[in-house]
Amino acid sequence: MSEAEVLAPVSDIGGPAQPLLQVQNLSKHFTVSGGLFARKSVVRAVDDVSLSVDKGEVVGIVGESGCGKSTTARLIIGLIETDEGTILFDGETVGSAISLRELRRRVQMVFQDSYASLNPRLTIEDTIAFGPKVHGVDPEKAREHARDLLRRVGLDPAVFAARYPHELSGGQRQRVNIARALALSPRLVILDEAVSALDKSVEAQVLNLLIDLKEQFGLTYIFISHDLNVIRFISDRIVVMYLGEVVETGPVEALWDRPRHPYTQALFAAMPSLDPDHRTQKPPIAGDPPNPIDPPSGCRFHTRCAFAEPVCSSTVPKLAPTGVALHLAACHMVDPNSGHSLAGSRGPGS
Amino acid sequence: MLVYIAKRIVFAIPVVFAVALVCFLLVHIAPGDPLISVLPPDASQALADQMRREYGFDRPLPVQFGIWLWNALHGNLGLSIASGRSVTEEVLRAVGNTLMLAVTASVIGFAFGLLFGILAGYYRDSWIDRLVTTISITGVSMPHYWLGMVLVIVFSVILGWLPAVGMGPGGWSWDWEHIQYLILPAITMSVIPMGIVSRTVRALVGDLLSQEFVLALRAKGLSEARVFQHVLKNAAPTAVAVMGLQLGYLLGGSILIETVFSWPGTGFLLNSAIFQRDLPLLQGTILVLALFFVVLNLIVDVAQAAIDPRIKRA
Amino acid sequence: MSVITQDIVQPGPATRTRGYWAGVLRRLVRDPVSVACAIVLLLIVLAAILAPWLGLHDPYQGSMIRRLRPIGTPGYPLGTDELGRDMLSRLVYGGRLTLYIGLLPVGLAFLIGTSLGIIAGYVGGLVNQAIMRTIDVFYAFPSVLLAVAISGALGAGIFNSLLSLTIVFIPPIVRVAESVTTSVRSLDFVDAARASGAGQLTIMRVHVLGNVLGPIFVYATSLISVCMILAAGLSFLGLGTKPPEPEWGLMLNTLRTAIYINPWVAALPGVMIFVVSICFNLLSDGLRSAMDVRS
Repeated sequence: MSEAEVLAPVSDIGGPAQPLLQVQNLSKHFTVSGGLFARKSVVRAVDDVSLSVDKGEVVGIVGESGCGKSTTARLIIGLIETDEGTILFDGETVGSAISLRELRRRVQMVFQDSYASLNPRLTIEDTIAFGPKVHGVDPEKAREHARDLLRRVGLDPAVFAARYPHELSGGQRQRVNIARALALSPRLVILDEAVSALDKSVEAQVLNLLIDLKEQFGLTYIFISHDLNVIRFISDRIVVMYLGEVVETGPVEALWDRPRHPYTQALFAAMPSLDPDHRTQKPPIAGDPPNPIDPPSGCRFHTRCAFAEPVCSSTVPKLAPTGVALHLAACHMVDPNSGHSLAGSRGPGS
Repeated sequence: MLVYIAKRIVFAIPVVFAVALVCFLLVHIAPGDPLISVLPPDASQALADQMRREYGFDRPLPVQFGIWLWNALHGNLGLSIASGRSVTEEVLRAVGNTLMLAVTASVIGFAFGLLFGILAGYYRDSWIDRLVTTISITGVSMPHYWLGMVLVIVFSVILGWLPAVGMGPGGWSWDWEHIQYLILPAITMSVIPMGIVSRTVRALVGDLLSQEFVLALRAKGLSEARVFQHVLKNAAPTAVAVMGLQLGYLLGGSILIETVFSWPGTGFLLNSAIFQRDLPLLQGTILVLALFFVVLNLIVDVAQAAIDPRIKRA
Repeated sequence: MSVITQDIVQPGPATRTRGYWAGVLRRLVRDPVSVACAIVLLLIVLAAILAPWLGLHDPYQGSMIRRLRPIGTPGYPLGTDELGRDMLSRLVYGGRLTLYIGLLPVGLAFLIGTSLGIIAGYVGGLVNQAIMRTIDVFYAFPSVLLAVAISGALGAGIFNSLLSLTIVFIPPIVRVAESVTTSVRSLDFVDAARASGAGQLTIMRVHVLGNVLGPIFVYATSLISVCMILAAGLSFLGLGTKPPEPEWGLMLNTLRTAIYINPWVAALPGVMIFVVSICFNLLSDGLRSAMDVRS
C-alpha cells in the first residue's frame, strides 16, 4: 500500500444508503475462574447485541458502568475476540471480506484515560506518527503528518510535537489522543468515555472540536458515555444498554420525548435538573445493578423495575417497534401481545 | 478461615514436591562419582560396584528419586557417606542449634528493626529518620561474615570479654557460661533483619501517616496515641510477612555465620558435607532447610490472613 | 469556530524536551550521595583495571620473613598478609575477581530474567503459568542456601559460583519483570497501538520494552550489593575462587587465622566488600528516586 493510500480515507463502497457499520448478534462471555475450589462462572459482558451506524451519523451508547458499553467498543475494533456475531463494515464482513488489520485502519478509538492511553516514553509526535509508520509510511512523512494533525486538533506543533505526555494537561492529552485516532484517516471513530474525565469547560471545548473534525474529515462517531447531557448534545441516535443487552434505541428526539423502557426512563429521571420545579424527588431506581455473573432471568431489569410482573421474570423481551420510526424498546409493555397488564397501553411515564 | 488454610496447604504440596526434586537432582548435577570420597583410591571394581548397589546408585534416576522420596516421607534421608550415620539424626541435631541462633537473632533484629522503623517513620525527615536510614542501609550492605570477624576482634581478641568460637563446653543450657557463646553470632546475624525490618516499617508507617484516614482520625479529635494504634494495626500484616520471611532467610543463610563462629548448626553441617563431598548429607540438609522455609511461608500467609481481613475475602 | 482554545497555553517555550534518560541522569547528578558513591566505585573499578600499571608489589610474591606486618609499615602501607604478600596490591588486584563475580551474575540474571519475565507477562496464559510456577519453586529456597547448595554440589570454582549466583538472581528479576509487564500490557496505550494495526513484535519493541526496562533495571541494580556480599561469601566458604588468586572473600577467609596477631589487616578485605556494597546500594536508591517522574 502506498503512503498516499494510508494517509487518505478509504474510499466508499456501499454508497450513502449502506450503513457504515452493522453489528449483528454480538456476544462476549468472559469465564471467571473461581480458583481451585470454586466452579467456573461466566460473565455475559455483551449478550446478543445488534446495532447499525449510518454514514456521517453519531450514535451514542449510554448505560451504567459495567453494562457492556466499553466491551462492545473493544469488540467492534477487534481488541477483544468475539464469541459470536458478525461485524460488517460498509457492507463487507470483517474477517472474510476485509481483514482485522484493514478494519483497524478504518475504525479508530479514543480511550477514557488520557494519560494511560499515551505511551509516557514517546513524544506526542512519535505517538501520533506510530500508526502510519506501522502501515509503512516513511517516518519523516509520518511525523509531518503528525504535526499537521496536531494543528487540526488545536495544538501548536512547534510547542507540543516534542513534548512528553506528563507535560500536558488532561484536555491537551485528549486532543493528542484524538489526533492519534485520526492519523490513519479512519471513517469511524469510537469515543469511549472520551470526555468523561475532563473538567466541564474543557469537555465543552473538546466536544466542539469533535464536531468540527467530524465535518472536516467526514467522520462517523460511536460515542460512549454515561453522561446523558453529553450524549444528547452530540448524538443523532441513542442506544441504551443494560447488563450487556440493548434495551432501547432510537433517534435522540424520539427517545428524549418519550422513553419507553423503564430503565431509560429511570436514567433520564436521575439526571440532575437545574429547574427547581423538576427536582428529582425520589430515587428512580433502587439498588446497584445485579451481578452480571448471574444475570436475572427474563427481562434483566425486572429486579429493579417498578412495573415488573410475572411475565418479566419468565420471558425475555425482544426489541420491538414503539410506533415511532427507528425507535425500538425491549420491554413487555411495548409489545401488545406480551401478556403484561400495561402492554400496549400508553405505558408509564407519559 | 479454615478453607483458606486448607487451600494454602493444598497449594504448598506441589511446591514441596518440586523442592524435593531439586534437592534430589542436586546430587546428580554434581560432577564425579558420589562414592569417590568413601572409596579407597585403589578400590577394586567389584568393591565399587558393591558400594554402588548398597547406596542404590545403580538404579535408573526416576526409580532412585521414587525410593528417595518414599524414604524421605518416612523420615529416612539415607546414610551419611562420610560418617555412616543417619542423615536425619545429624540434621535434626544441627537444626536445633541453628533454630536457637536464628530465633535469638530474629528477636534482637526485629525488636530494634521495629523500634527504629517506627521512630523513623513517625519523625520522617528528622535527624532520627536520617540516622535510622543510615543504620539500616549499613545493616543491609554489611558483609555479615566480616562483621562477625570484626566483633570477634573487638570483643574476644582485644577486650577478651566474650568467647570467639563454638557453643561452650558439654551440652547446651541457658546459663551464662553458654549464653556468652550465643551473643556474638546472634548479634552478627541480627544486623540484616534489623536493616530490612526498619526500612520496611519506616516506609509503611510513613505512608500510612500521610494517608487521609489518619487526617480523618486526627480531625475526629483522637489522641496521638490512639491515632498511632490505628497506624500500627494497618502496618502489622506487611511487617509480619517481612519478618517471617527474614526468619526463613536466617535459617537458610546461617552457613556463613556458623562458619565464622564454628557454631555446630545446619550451616556448619552443610559446610562439612560440601567439603567431604558427602552428597546424601548435603541433600538431606538442604531438603530440611527448604521445607522449613516452605512451612514458614505457609505460617506467614495464614498469620497475615488472620490479622488482615482483606485477604480472607479474596 | 477556531479549534485553538484556551487550554493549550500552559507549557513554556518551543524547545525540544530532553529525553527521559537524560532527565534521569540530570536528577542523579544533582544528588551528592549518588555522585560520591559513583566516584568511589569508579575509582575502585579503575584501580582494579589499571592495577598492573600502578607500580604495586607483585600480589602473588610472598616472603616468610615479612608476614603479617601491621598497617603503616614502610613500603607496605596496608601491611602484609599471612604469606607476606603486600595487602595494598592484593586488595587492588582483588577488586578484579571480586567485582567480576559480583557483577556478572546480576548482569546475566538481568538478561535472562527480564526476557523470561517479559514473555510471561506479555504472552500470559499457559506460558505465564509455566514460567511463574517454575520460578515459585526457586522461591522455596532462601537465596544464600540456594547459592551454597548449587555451588556445593558443583564444587568450588569461579565458573560454578557465577552459575549458582546467576540461578539465584533470575527468579526475583523474573517476578518483577512479569508484574511490571503485566501492568504495562493492560494500559490503554498498548490497546491503542494494537488498534492501529501494529504487530505484536512492534508493540513489544516500541511500547512495552521502553516502559518496563527502566523499573526492572533499577530493581536489578539493587541486587548488585547482595550479589557482591554473596559472591565474596561463597569464596569465603571456599566455594569460589581458589588460592592464591587475590579475591576479597577468599582473602578474608585465609586471614581469619591472623586475627590474633594482626586483627586490623585481617579485616581489610571486608572493608572493601562493605564499601563497594554500600555504594551500589546508595547508588541504586539514588537511581530509583531519579527515575520517579513525579518528584
